[in-house]
Amino acid sequence: MNAAHFLRSRSFMLGLILTLIFVFAALISFLWTPYEIDGVDIPNKLHAPAWPNLLGTDQYGRDVLSMIMVGARVSIAVALVAVTIGMVIGVPLGLAAAAKKGTWWDEIIMRGNDLVFAFPSLVIAILITAIFGASAINAIIAIGIFNIPVFARITRGGALSLWERDYILSARVAGKSPARISIEHILPNVMNLLIVQGTIQFSLGILAEAGLSFVGLGVQPPTPSWGRMLADSQTLVYSYAYLALFPGLAIVLTVLGLNLMGDGLRDIFDPKVRKSRT
Amino acid sequence: MLRYILKRLQALLISLVVASLVIFSAVEIVPGDPASFMLGINAQEDTIMALREQLGLNVSLTQRYFTWVTGMIQGDFGTSYTYRTPVSDMISERMVISLPLAIYALTLSTLIAFPAGIIAATRRGSVADVSVMGVTQLGVAIPNFWFAMLMVVVFAINLRWFSAGGFPGWDAGFFAAMKALTLPAIALALPQASILARVMRSSLLDTLSEDFIRTARAKGLTRRQTLWRHALRNALIPVLTIIGLQFAFLLAGGIIIEKVFFLPGLGQLIFQAITQRDLIVVESVVMLLVFAVILVNFTVDLAYGLADPRLRRSR
Amino acid sequence: MSLLTINNLSMKIGAVEILRDVSMSVDPGQILGVIGESGSGKSMTAFSVMQLLPEGATCTGEITLGDTNMLTAPEPDLCAIRGNDVGMVFQEPMTALNPVKNIGDQVAETIRIHEPSVSKAEALSRARAALDRCELPGDRFPLTRYPHEMSGGQRQRVVIAMAIARHPKLLIADEPTTALDVTTQAEILDLLKRLVVEDNMGLMMITHDLAVVSDLADHIVIMKQGEVVEQGAAATLYRDAEHPYTKALFAASSHQPDRSAPQHALPLLQVKNLVRDYSLPRTKLFAPAGKFRAVNDVSFEIKRGESLGLVGESGCGKSTLTRAILGLEALQGGEILLDGKALVTGGHISRAARRKMQVVFQDPYGSFNPRHKVARLITEPFHLLDTPPTGLAHDLAIDQALISVGMAPDDKHKYIHEFSGGQRQRIAIARALIIRPELIILDEAVSALDVSVRAQVLDLLAALSEKHGLTYLFISHDLSVVRSITDRVLVMKSGEIVEQGETETVFEHPTHPYTKALINAAPRLPDDIKETA
Repeated sequence: MNAAHFLRSRSFMLGLILTLIFVFAALISFLWTPYEIDGVDIPNKLHAPAWPNLLGTDQYGRDVLSMIMVGARVSIAVALVAVTIGMVIGVPLGLAAAAKKGTWWDEIIMRGNDLVFAFPSLVIAILITAIFGASAINAIIAIGIFNIPVFARITRGGALSLWERDYILSARVAGKSPARISIEHILPNVMNLLIVQGTIQFSLGILAEAGLSFVGLGVQPPTPSWGRMLADSQTLVYSYAYLALFPGLAIVLTVLGLNLMGDGLRDIFDPKVRKSRT
Repeated sequence: MLRYILKRLQALLISLVVASLVIFSAVEIVPGDPASFMLGINAQEDTIMALREQLGLNVSLTQRYFTWVTGMIQGDFGTSYTYRTPVSDMISERMVISLPLAIYALTLSTLIAFPAGIIAATRRGSVADVSVMGVTQLGVAIPNFWFAMLMVVVFAINLRWFSAGGFPGWDAGFFAAMKALTLPAIALALPQASILARVMRSSLLDTLSEDFIRTARAKGLTRRQTLWRHALRNALIPVLTIIGLQFAFLLAGGIIIEKVFFLPGLGQLIFQAITQRDLIVVESVVMLLVFAVILVNFTVDLAYGLADPRLRRSR
Repeated sequence: MSLLTINNLSMKIGAVEILRDVSMSVDPGQILGVIGESGSGKSMTAFSVMQLLPEGATCTGEITLGDTNMLTAPEPDLCAIRGNDVGMVFQEPMTALNPVKNIGDQVAETIRIHEPSVSKAEALSRARAALDRCELPGDRFPLTRYPHEMSGGQRQRVVIAMAIARHPKLLIADEPTTALDVTTQAEILDLLKRLVVEDNMGLMMITHDLAVVSDLADHIVIMKQGEVVEQGAAATLYRDAEHPYTKALFAASSHQPDRSAPQHALPLLQVKNLVRDYSLPRTKLFAPAGKFRAVNDVSFEIKRGESLGLVGESGCGKSTLTRAILGLEALQGGEILLDGKALVTGGHISRAARRKMQVVFQDPYGSFNPRHKVARLITEPFHLLDTPPTGLAHDLAIDQALISVGMAPDDKHKYIHEFSGGQRQRIAIARALIIRPELIILDEAVSALDVSVRAQVLDLLAALSEKHGLTYLFISHDLSVVRSITDRVLVMKSGEIVEQGETETVFEHPTHPYTKALINAAPRLPDDIKETA
C-alpha cells in the first residue's frame, strides 16, 4: 500500500476533498469570515442568496455563509472529540477483552458494551441534559459514550481472529506478555479496521450533533451550529427555504465526504489483506 | 431451544436491572429538590415537607428505587411533579403516536431495503447496483430531520398533498391518522432503509461466495433458485441485528422528527419534562425507551435462534 | 465411447491463462486420477466440466459429456445436467452444506430439482436411500439432522449422497479427502470405489496426493501450471514415467532425507503423567459443567539429538500436548522436565527454559505478522535473551540465520508477503534457530506445503539437526512424513499415547489395533516407485 493506492481510489479522493473543504472552512473561520456573526443586523435580515451575502442572511441579519463556516468548527470538534473518547476508552477495552477471552474480564466488558448499546446517544443526551442542563459538552459526552462500545466491539472482533494466528503463538513462545503482544502485534493489525470505523463514527457524530442541537440538547445559542441553524429556520422555512437548504447541504456534504473516505479506505486496505492470505 | 430462550431471558433481566439502576442513580444525583422546585422559592417549609411525603421523597434511596421499580412492573410510573397526574397516563397518551410511527417507519424501511439490497447484490456492477449504491450513499448522509423539512416544503407547502404537521388523533379515522404519520415515517425510514439496503447487499454478497452456494449450483439449481432457497435465509441473519438496532433508533429518533411535524408524541413530552424539570417523567420515558431497545434485542436473539439451527444448541 | 471427453481445453480468467490445451477422458466405470500441486489447474479443469467458473472466465476447446458440448450448451441445459448427469464433491465438507437446512431437505432437493413431479415425501424417502448408500444409517442419522451436528467425514458423506442421489453418469471429486483424517479418508475412498462399481459411474478424482490415487485410479493425468504433462494407465505410469516433472513428483512423494545426527542417551525433555482438562459448556442449567480430558496421563521423553514423532488424528490431543509443552496451556496434573529441571515454576515458564525451545507452525501464511520485515520477524526470540545482540552482532545473527536455512541475507529487508509458502517455512525455521535452542517443536510444519517443496524442507531440517545437534519433536498427521524424518514415534488417540517405539519397528510391526488401523488406512505408493527414487 502506498500513496498511489490512495490517489487511485476515486471514492477516497472525492471524500477527502469534500471533507477538507469543510475542515479548511472551519480553520479559516478562526481567522476570517465574510461577515461578523456576533452582532444582530436587523436591517439586513432575510436577504435571499445574492452578492455580497452569497448564501443569504437569517432573521437577525447574520450572513449564512459565515454562520456555516463557524458551525463547521462545532460539528467537526464535537464529532472528533467523541471519536477520540470512543477510541481511547473503547480500543483498550476491546484489546483487553480479546486478550482475556472467555474470562470474567471479557464477560464484564462485553456485557457492559451491550448495556451501553441499549442507550441510544439521544437518550444519553436527554438524561445528561435533564440533570446538568443543555450544552455542547453534553453532545460530546453522549456521542462519545455511544462510540465506546462500537470501538470496543470492533477491536475485540478483529483482535480475536488475530489471537488465533500462529504469529501470536510465536510471540508467546518468545515469552512476550499479553499486554505487549496486544500493543506490538494486535493493535497495528486492527488499525485499518479502526481507521475505517473512525471515519464512519466521525460522520455519524456529525449527524448526531446536528440532531441534538436541532432539538436543543446540544450547542446553545449564540454559538452557531448547523443543527441549530436548521432549528431556527423551521418556522421560516415556508417563505425562506434557503435558510434550511444550506446548513442541511453542509451536513450532507461533510457526512458524504467522510463516508466516501471510509469506503475508499476499506477498499484500499482490504485487497492487501486478501493478497497476503492467498 | 428452551435452554437458549432461558439464557437470553436471563440476559434480558440482568440488562433491565442494571439499566434501571443506571437511570435511577443518574437522576437521583441531580442537585436540587423537586418538591421545593415545584412549589417555588416562597414555599413554606412544612408545605415542602408535605409535598415531599406525598411524592415519596422522604424515604431512603433504596426504598425509593424499589418503589419505583415495583411500581413500573405494575404499570404505575409515579405522579408527574408538574401536572400531578399519573405518568403512565401521560406516556400511554403519547405512545399511541410514537409507537405506530416507529413501526410504520420500520415497515417502510424494510420494504424498500430488501428488494434494493437483493437486486444490487445479484446484479453486482450493473446499473441497478450502481444506482442503489449511489442513492444509499446519499441516503446515509442525509439527516432525517432535514429531509423531513424538505419534504414539508415540497409536499405540504408547495404540492399541498399532506398537512405540514400536527396529528388529528386516531378518532379522526385510521387513514387520516396514518396520513399524518406518512411524511414523518418516510423521513425516518429513508436513512434507515439506506443502511439496511447496504447491509443486505453486502451480507448477500458474502453468502453468495460461500461454498454451499457452489454445492447448490452443482446440484443443478439455477442462480435464482440458489438465491431464494439457500442464500437469502443465511444472509438474513446479520440483517436481523441491524433491524433490531434500527427499531431502537427509530423509537428514539422519532423524538427529533416529532419536533419537525409538531406531533404530540413521546418527544414533546420529554422536552417539556426537561424544561419543567419533571424528572420522574424523564426517568420513566428514558426507562421505557431503554426497555424497548432491550426487548427488541431479545426478540432479535430469538429470531436468530429460529433462523440459525446452530445457535439452538450451542452457547 | 468415452463418457467425458476434454479436448484442447484452454481457459483464461481475464487475461490470465489458467489452462492450456488440456485433454483427457473418462469412461463409464473408470476412475481417472488428476494429480497436480497447487496452481496446476486441476480444480479449474473440474469446474470447467461443471461450467461453474469464476466470473470473467472464458473457455476454448471442447468438453463433451455424453453428447452435450458443455462449452456451448445454454445455461438451462447446464442446470438440467448438473446434479443429474454429473455430480460433484468438494474439498471442504465443513462449509459445503447449507448450515440452516437439515440434511434430508438438502439431499431431497437434488431429486426434486430434476424431477419436480416427485412428491416431497417420495423425494425424502429417496434421499434416505441415498444417505443409506453412503453409510449414514437412518437410526443414527435421521433426515432432520443439521450439518453442524455431524463430523467432517459424515458431512462429506452427505455431500456424496447429494451428488449421487440421481445416479449420475459422472462424479467429479475435488480433493474429497484432503480435509479429513487418514482413517476417514480410507473410508470415503472405499465408499467412492464402491459407488463407481455399483452404478458403473465414471469418477474424476482430483488430488495433490499421489498415494491417494495410486491404488484407486485406472488412469492418471499429471498436471502442472495449467498443462497436462503426462498421462497413462495407473499400473504402468508409476514405473514408466518419462516427463522429468512426473519423475520429480514421484521422487519427492517418497522422499527420504539423509539423516545421521548423533544421539545421546540423556533425555532433554521429559513429560510425566501430563493431564489437561477443558471444561465443557453447561448442558443443564444448574448442573456443574462437564469436563473433557484432552490429554490423559501422558508420559514420554525425548533424548538429546533425537527426532521424535507424534502422530494422531484431529482431536486426539496432540495440539493440546504441544501447547502444554510450550507453556501455552495450564495443566491439571503431571510435570514437564527440560534438561532435568521443572519447566513450569510458579505458574509460568522461565525465560531460561523458553530459550531452549522454539516452535515452527503449520500455516506458512499465518505465522508472521504481515506488518513487520523479515529482520524484525526472525529476531523476535531475542526477547528471551538477557543481553540480546546489538549493532553488528545483531545484523550478523540475522544473516547467519537466513543463510543457514538457504535464504539470502538481503531477504531481511522484505515483508513476508513477498515469499512463497516454502520460503516462509524456511524463514519460520530461521526464527526458531536464531537463539540456538536445543529443542525445536515442529507442529505440522510441512503439512501445508506442496510435495516437492516439502521434500526440500525435510532435507533442510535433517541437515540442520546434524549441524547444530538439534532435537526435534515432530507433530504430524502424515504418517509417511513422520516415518521419513523421525527416530522414534508416539501414537496418540483420545488424549492417550497408545503405542511408542522405534519408528521403523512401529511402522513394520504395529502392536496396538489403532496403530494398525492407522497404518493400514494411510494411502501408500506402490513399492516399485521407491526403488527408482
